[in-house]
Amino acid sequence: MKRRRKAPFPHIAVDLRLMDIFLQQIINGLVQGSIYALVALGYTMVYGIMGLINFAHGEVVMIGTLVTITVAGTMIKAGMPVVLAGFAGISVAVLVCIALGWGLERIAYRPLRNAPRLTPLITAIGMSIVLQNMAMIIWGRNYMTFPPLFPKIQYEFAGANFTAVQVIIVLVSALTMGGLLLLVYRTKLGMAMRATAQNPAVASLMGVNINRVIAAAFVIGSALGAVAGVMVGSYYEIAHYQMGFMLGLKAFTAAVLGGIGNLGGAMAGGILLGLIEALGAGYIGDLTGGFLGSHYQDIFAFIVLIGVLMFKPSGLFGEKTGDRA
Amino acid sequence: MQAKLSLVALSVVAAFALSACGQKEEPKPVAAPVAPAAPAPKPEMVVKLGHVAPMTGPQAHLGKDNENGARLAIEELNAQGLEIGGARIKFELLGEDDQADPKQGSIVAQKLVDAKVNGVIGHLNSGTTIPASKLYSDAGIPQISGSATNPKYTQQGFATAFRVMANDVQQGKALGEFAAKQGVKTVAVVDDRTAYGQGLAEEFKKSALAAGLKVVADEFTNDKATDFKAILTKIKSKKADLVFFGGMDAQGGPMAKQMKELGIKAKFLGGDGVCTPEFMKLGGEATEGNFCSLPGMPLEKLAKGPEFKDKFTKKFGAEIQLYAPYVYDAVMVMADSMKRANSVESAMFLPEIGKTKYDGVTSMIEFDQFGDLKGGAISVYQYKGGKLEYVETLGGGTVAAAVAEVKEAVAEVKDAAKAVAGAATTAGAEAVKAGAEAVKGAAEATKAAVEKK
Amino acid sequence: MKQWLNPRSTLGITLIVVALVALPFVAAMGGQAWVRILNFAILYVFLALGLNIVVGFAGLLDLGYIAFYAVGAYVYALLASPHFGLHWPFWVILPIGAMVACFFGVLLGSPTLKLRGDYLAIVTLGFGEIIRIFLNNLNAPINVTNGAQGITMIDPVAIGGLKFSGTTQIFGFSLSGPQKYYYLLVALAILVIIINLRLQNSRIGRAWQAIREDEIAAKAVGINTRNIKLLAFAMGASFGGIAGGIFSAMQGFVSPESFSLTESIMILAMVVLGGMGHIPGVILGAVLLSILPEALRYGVGPIQMALFGKMLVDPESVRMLIFGLALVLVMRFKPAGLWPSPERKRELQGDA
Repeated sequence: MKRRRKAPFPHIAVDLRLMDIFLQQIINGLVQGSIYALVALGYTMVYGIMGLINFAHGEVVMIGTLVTITVAGTMIKAGMPVVLAGFAGISVAVLVCIALGWGLERIAYRPLRNAPRLTPLITAIGMSIVLQNMAMIIWGRNYMTFPPLFPKIQYEFAGANFTAVQVIIVLVSALTMGGLLLLVYRTKLGMAMRATAQNPAVASLMGVNINRVIAAAFVIGSALGAVAGVMVGSYYEIAHYQMGFMLGLKAFTAAVLGGIGNLGGAMAGGILLGLIEALGAGYIGDLTGGFLGSHYQDIFAFIVLIGVLMFKPSGLFGEKTGDRA
Repeated sequence: MQAKLSLVALSVVAAFALSACGQKEEPKPVAAPVAPAAPAPKPEMVVKLGHVAPMTGPQAHLGKDNENGARLAIEELNAQGLEIGGARIKFELLGEDDQADPKQGSIVAQKLVDAKVNGVIGHLNSGTTIPASKLYSDAGIPQISGSATNPKYTQQGFATAFRVMANDVQQGKALGEFAAKQGVKTVAVVDDRTAYGQGLAEEFKKSALAAGLKVVADEFTNDKATDFKAILTKIKSKKADLVFFGGMDAQGGPMAKQMKELGIKAKFLGGDGVCTPEFMKLGGEATEGNFCSLPGMPLEKLAKGPEFKDKFTKKFGAEIQLYAPYVYDAVMVMADSMKRANSVESAMFLPEIGKTKYDGVTSMIEFDQFGDLKGGAISVYQYKGGKLEYVETLGGGTVAAAVAEVKEAVAEVKDAAKAVAGAATTAGAEAVKAGAEAVKGAAEATKAAVEKK
Repeated sequence: MKQWLNPRSTLGITLIVVALVALPFVAAMGGQAWVRILNFAILYVFLALGLNIVVGFAGLLDLGYIAFYAVGAYVYALLASPHFGLHWPFWVILPIGAMVACFFGVLLGSPTLKLRGDYLAIVTLGFGEIIRIFLNNLNAPINVTNGAQGITMIDPVAIGGLKFSGTTQIFGFSLSGPQKYYYLLVALAILVIIINLRLQNSRIGRAWQAIREDEIAAKAVGINTRNIKLLAFAMGASFGGIAGGIFSAMQGFVSPESFSLTESIMILAMVVLGGMGHIPGVILGAVLLSILPEALRYGVGPIQMALFGKMLVDPESVRMLIFGLALVLVMRFKPAGLWPSPERKRELQGDA
């Protein structure tokens, strides 16, 4: 171990000299975080309006990826241009996911709106199991490769490598987030959504069709899920019927970290989570002299989460809510 | 100590099985189809073999692959129209799903024990195989796994536990030696924190250090991860010449890809988990030049390898994922032992399994005294132009030691046989019982086996 | 408690006792696997009852409950296996396991007292994962848990000379290993149920319910909400710890993969499906959800054969599909659970 001076954290000093590596880790975290954010937006959309953790959202993302593979993959094999195939794949995926989200709400959540709070959580878990096993029956048990929809270009900047897909992912999630903010704060539907989130009973008295607003939230959330699915698929080029679970869990953590129900919070939480994971895995080993290593990668996120929630019990950007439990 | 005891028990049973049936061990493998059945119709007997692997959950693709391997073997055996003990044998496969969950594993194992299966093929994961092996051992049911690589499985001292796959120690050691021969100086080790990946990486590390290599980074991921950029970036900063991955193809493929994306030029080396068509599919061009290993000799080098591949793909319309040939061999070894014992009763053919010398699809299968694959030859392959190319076979050095061990074991069998020679003239359970009393430590096990019958 | 003591209840109790004693023999007719399934069902009853204290009584949503089960299992595994060369008797280890789990319960509870609802849910979920990841990784620098390889050859429960693994002959009956564990589990389960019933009707139980209904009001009437909440975590955790210890002994092998998040979710599903806060309901939920997937294992194949004459979809895929559907349908038509407590039922009807 080289030491320059007796700095309080000699390991950091050593590592930060490798600026390209640090930059690379930031890029890694940013892209991973953008994916989390994209999925987290779906969670937070639904949660913000009806206070429900839609545990099946990860599965919606998974279905989005798998549908894209089927549609775009077949079209590319049939010799059609990649652009057309990609467009068709994404559109079909979005449509399927919208139908799925709408169906989920109708079957599993709407009948339970006045039920005890944990009841819809269990139906959500049930739907998640159902969707996973249906996907297994339809798409089989093997891992699948995602067709290359975006051009494979490698860039290098100050010693750090990144690809076109990574740039697209960051852009898409930033744009989605901007679009959602516009939707929620600048449109009539958005106003109805905010009203419903505040107080469904009063909103309904003011002439808001609650059923339609909630269905809209699910539909939008699921469409976002499909987009996230396509992004995840093109980034890792791998898909599997179980992929939704871990992703959903991480995204949910991100949403809570940022303050669930808050769109900006979901975005910030997602990116923060991605950065924590990347930097944690990259540097914690050297910081602790090898005692903690990247095997504790998944723990860092939770520790930061617990730390944040201890000081801000409603997440970084969450509003102070009443007792919902 | 326990291993020793059960060894004695095994030898006693073996001695009796031999003397009782009056049949010599066949020196040659009996893979050739048996001649068509005699004109007079013989009574048909159903032999039940259990097969356990996860059929749902993240490893379901491997589970299905295993089951297909077993099914292929069973169908071939049935087509051959085997005759054992004067009856025509019809094999039946009882496939069960353990979801890679140890708890489910033991429930399923109990189900198979209840169903009085004659033998068990599996389980797939070490985590489910280990608790289940206790149940099979208690019931005296032979178990051959085609994929459980945790050394502990066979070290528990159960006479019923076998595997037709090199264990993690054998493989990790060979891979470490191989890495040293590649002219690299620094290695980075990544494992997926599963029993398999951790065990393999641990052994690799030991062997690499012993060969004078320097382990510059020791990183970890998990068996559900898809993103490895953070740890790979760190490995990049440590400038490793070679990256070793202890884990499965579903992580290995994307990992190889992400190495390329980050501009890491280090060589990639892995175990049997990444020696699959799936790895190539998932890793794409990034797999070019990567190394991986499989226990035994390469399929192409073995007489029956290519044939097996054809049969498999024709029958199931799918590529072999990973362990199907090993599972196929496991079934064949079981059937072969029944043939040699001329009995389908677990207690009778169990001792024959230990004496197996079977020319399988994957290798020449012989077991050491623990029930591990003897010799533990490991073949290394390289991905070249979308194909696995054979590089070399390692681990021959241990064969000599293994042979010595076998000699010892054989001597023990002889001793045991002598001890009970007087009683051994008549066949059947009486003799076994009497003999069991003669050897105190082994008595219980044998008795249980006989009573089971 | 009083309603349990009238003559009709006495008859009922007698019948239940007879049924409980006879059950393993009836089950064994279908094979020892059924006895084993029963044992796991009772183990899940423990866990569900423990979680019920936290979720059902005190209204704190805990998604990391499996952590305590894991702690209990590892305490047993470390103190009764060749791993450290210790072979303590189980009646010493079980209380230790319960105490260690209890300590972890307080450890989890103390920083999360301020959190509510879903925030608490995610923190407990994280806690569960942290425990699992530590168990999976504590094989270096000092080998404590043996990492992912797990701990093998754990001693079975033994009372005096009576070992619980393997078959023994008692009074002319032949008792298999699982059957012996069954009686041990039933005895412990009855104890746990009695403790739960007593707790529910005690001052503490009422305090928990008060917190569940309205924490601020509870505070206002002088309930020390902090301590009472911590107590809920601690009590719940101890039951988990005991269940873990028995699991360890029964299996003879523990590894971190047995303690995944899905297990926590399953236990929560049992509590909610049965009827949160209602002890008979929770027991029903636990028994049903643990037996259903196993029963489907036996049922799906033959039923398909009978209906269609061939296997349409392979039974393993359908099994979990049906399980998921069952969760959704039960909750859809019985939102308060299959057997909710009478008060809860009244509340719901008042709402709708």
